[in-house]
Amino acid sequence: MTDVILQMRHITKTFPGVTALNDVNLTVRRGEIHAICGENGAGKSTLMKVLSGVHPHGDYTGDITLDGQPCRFGNIRDSERLGVVIIHQELALCPNLSIAENIFLGNERAPRGVVNWNRTNADAAELMQRVGLHENPTTPAMDLGVGKQQLVEIAKALSKRVRLLILDEPTAALNDEDSAHLLDLLRGLRDQGITCVIISHKLNEIRAVADSTTILRDGRTIETLDMAADVTEDRIIAGMVGRDLEHRFPEHEPRIGEEVLRIEDWTVHSPTQHGRVVVAGANLSLRRGEIVGLAGLMGAGRTELAMSVFGRSYGIGISGRIFKDGREIRLKTVGDAIRHGLAYATEDRKRYGLNLIEDIKRNVSAAGLNKLATRGWIHDNEEYRVADGFRLGMNIKAPNVSAVTGKLSGGNQQKVVLSKWLFTDADVLILDEPTRGIDVGAKYEIYSIINHMADQGKAVLVISSELPELLGVCDRIYAMSAGRITGQVTREQATPERLMQFMTKVKEQ
Amino acid sequence: MTSVGPTTGPSTAVPETTASEIAVRKAPDRFGGRLFSANLRQNGIYIAFALIIALFSVLTGGDLLAPQNISNLVVQNSYILILAIGMILIIIAGHIDLSAGSVLAVTGAISAELMVNNDVPWPLAILITLICGGLIGAWQGYWVAYFGIPAFIVTLAGMLVFRALTLAVLGNQGIGPFPDEVRTIANGFMPTYLGNIGLGPLDGADLFTLLLGLVFVAGIVVTQWRSRAGRMRYGQSVEPTALFVTKLAIAAVVVMTVVVQLARFKNLPWVLVLLAALVLAYSLLTDRVVFGRHIYAIGGNLNAATLSGIKVKSVTFWLFVNMGVLGAIAGIVFAGRLNQAGPTAGTGFELDAIAAAFIGGAAVQGGVGRVVGAITGGLIMGVINNGMSLIGAPTEQVMLFKGLVLLAAVAFDVFAKRRAGTAR
Repeated sequence: MTDVILQMRHITKTFPGVTALNDVNLTVRRGEIHAICGENGAGKSTLMKVLSGVHPHGDYTGDITLDGQPCRFGNIRDSERLGVVIIHQELALCPNLSIAENIFLGNERAPRGVVNWNRTNADAAELMQRVGLHENPTTPAMDLGVGKQQLVEIAKALSKRVRLLILDEPTAALNDEDSAHLLDLLRGLRDQGITCVIISHKLNEIRAVADSTTILRDGRTIETLDMAADVTEDRIIAGMVGRDLEHRFPEHEPRIGEEVLRIEDWTVHSPTQHGRVVVAGANLSLRRGEIVGLAGLMGAGRTELAMSVFGRSYGIGISGRIFKDGREIRLKTVGDAIRHGLAYATEDRKRYGLNLIEDIKRNVSAAGLNKLATRGWIHDNEEYRVADGFRLGMNIKAPNVSAVTGKLSGGNQQKVVLSKWLFTDADVLILDEPTRGIDVGAKYEIYSIINHMADQGKAVLVISSELPELLGVCDRIYAMSAGRITGQVTREQATPERLMQFMTKVKEQ
Repeated sequence: MTSVGPTTGPSTAVPETTASEIAVRKAPDRFGGRLFSANLRQNGIYIAFALIIALFSVLTGGDLLAPQNISNLVVQNSYILILAIGMILIIIAGHIDLSAGSVLAVTGAISAELMVNNDVPWPLAILITLICGGLIGAWQGYWVAYFGIPAFIVTLAGMLVFRALTLAVLGNQGIGPFPDEVRTIANGFMPTYLGNIGLGPLDGADLFTLLLGLVFVAGIVVTQWRSRAGRMRYGQSVEPTALFVTKLAIAAVVVMTVVVQLARFKNLPWVLVLLAALVLAYSLLTDRVVFGRHIYAIGGNLNAATLSGIKVKSVTFWLFVNMGVLGAIAGIVFAGRLNQAGPTAGTGFELDAIAAAFIGGAAVQGGVGRVVGAITGGLIMGVINNGMSLIGAPTEQVMLFKGLVLLAAVAFDVFAKRRAGTAR
């Protein structure tokens, strides 16, 4: 065995009522990129929280050895002092502070307590150079996209003389280009001797970048794969779900009916940037029983198109026509859209989809409460029955529907969101990134639910950044680029290359 | 987790086919401990209330629970409690109202101007005053809901503006006296209908009041029992029978104790009847009415509420209108009790109402809180005021104690949440 930087042995961590980690072992070699995979709830994040001192020594049992020295971290500062830095999935930058201020936050370039701004900005510029972030160090963090904010986080880690960098789903919110840049950066850091532990759901990335992969399942270590050997995605998936997964997408035989929704010449302007056209003259139609994809890179205007159609919940200066079942309709509010049978499940469940402090049943009923009420009075037992029906039908893993949604895993939260919209009896469902941040097993379930919706005669529009997903579930796929619909392909014609051509097509004058 | 397989897609997403299969289930045993801690968190405020009452009962040698003192407690705190009902709704929605004290003052002044200086018949004057309160709320609600100015700013401005209007209406002096009917609402008692009874410890208690108390308790028991039975019929887990009966018994004993004491004094204060009606109505609003549910949805996640088709602006607007009307009710009660509308009326009352809401379990971020909690929070402060004045404590001690209780209540709530892991 080569030089080992980190060894975690027999780690067991329990929360009240749940064993999150059960005798987990992890060995990381110096200077490698080590991926950790597992379904949501497998214990990946908990393991990293143990490692970084978020769960202090004494909260868990087992040993952590860093460079052969036993470690007992009491908090994050202890671990950071030894060069273990964790970057969480939700980025923790202060939006109003500059890049340089963020990088040295808590670690200010301040001899004798007075900040030396020249040194702060100069040092920041140097670190930014290392991570390939070409911006002015004094730019506020809020002016950066998610990809660049991620780079600021890494620069911040480098400023702490990181030896072991832990990234929790670093590319979850990034587009392909930013993801590729980040992965390149990780390779570069590896060559500089920095060891990386990366938690990711994106198996193609793991295959591209990882030197070894440890798979967790149900709080146990399943295996560690050496990625030098040719490990396939299916091989990793098999380890994660504990069985061979022949098909990542359920079989589905579409039964497509007549047109239910048509959007003509839809144009939307940005509410923040004056005069900017976000969606330009889009035409699109959906038929009953049809699953239609909407592909596009970040900023192509997919979400903006969907939300502006959904009762003008995004954008200003909206023009165009919407036809439902052949009749033109006007959707001025979200309420109008819901009444006309539209539903929009957001790409950001936690911020836009769920009331995280409320329970499952109140989230399920949120958009269709009037169906459960007579003259304003809610039948709460009926509400419980409906929600419990969805809990069982959708296989939402919770003891009952009084469980708070904030504590559910991503997949189960998404099922609550879908339940909410199914309960409104929508016949046009727009699902924006329906499987983002969801583990493989739950993804399969979501796909099955989508198929089931289509089988009930509903039209489903799936917006996704993952091309394999669109190719796997959709009967027809539109591609968007820079606010325009640049092409559409049927299931038979669709290939990743062809879609990517449409998605990168620049406006023709 | 891994039971999900390629072959086991969701069997169906239609609730009707599956719901009928749900059998009556009891909560699994391992949730027993959680059930207890959840109960503690929800009921911590009531336990604290009981402890504070016990403390001051001992310190005052029982004077706290004397018939006349209980009556005073209710009457003295009624207007704060009325404001607290409106305040908790606004706080649940994620807003705040700093103008409540000034609104109370200006509506009191308007009612005095109408009744005392212009001889408007009192029912009409009250109606006009309530409408004025609603208009004041509409003014503030417009700026908050439709113009998008934070409620903190709008109501801070309102605090100044409506105090200025109070001074303008009153010409910087108190106006009184009020008609007897209005004073009775604020300060008076229900008459004796059936005479007194003369047995043992109930000696001299009013029979009608006692019967009213019994009917009220019976009402609580029947509705709670029916609600529980309904939930069991739908196969929901309910709290164990022993716990349920204990809770009901405690509630019954508390209500009857208060009623007996009041019956021995001068019967029920009218303002208690008013308050009970408001608490009942607003509890139903928050628990069982779509509008109430929308308040929680907005406070819990504004974006999600908007995208669920909830008319966020309209709900917010009406919340402030409601607050204005409740402010007007409190204004009339307060003016009636003092028998004059004064320029400094209600100064600082908004802070008492806000404190009541937070002691009663509301969350600063919104989305959490109950009307009964706010009332309990208000009563806790009332008991502290009253109890400490009975033992002759100086004002600074009262303020100190109240401040610490507020801090402790919120600290406990934060602590409990962290323990429960929701604050992650």
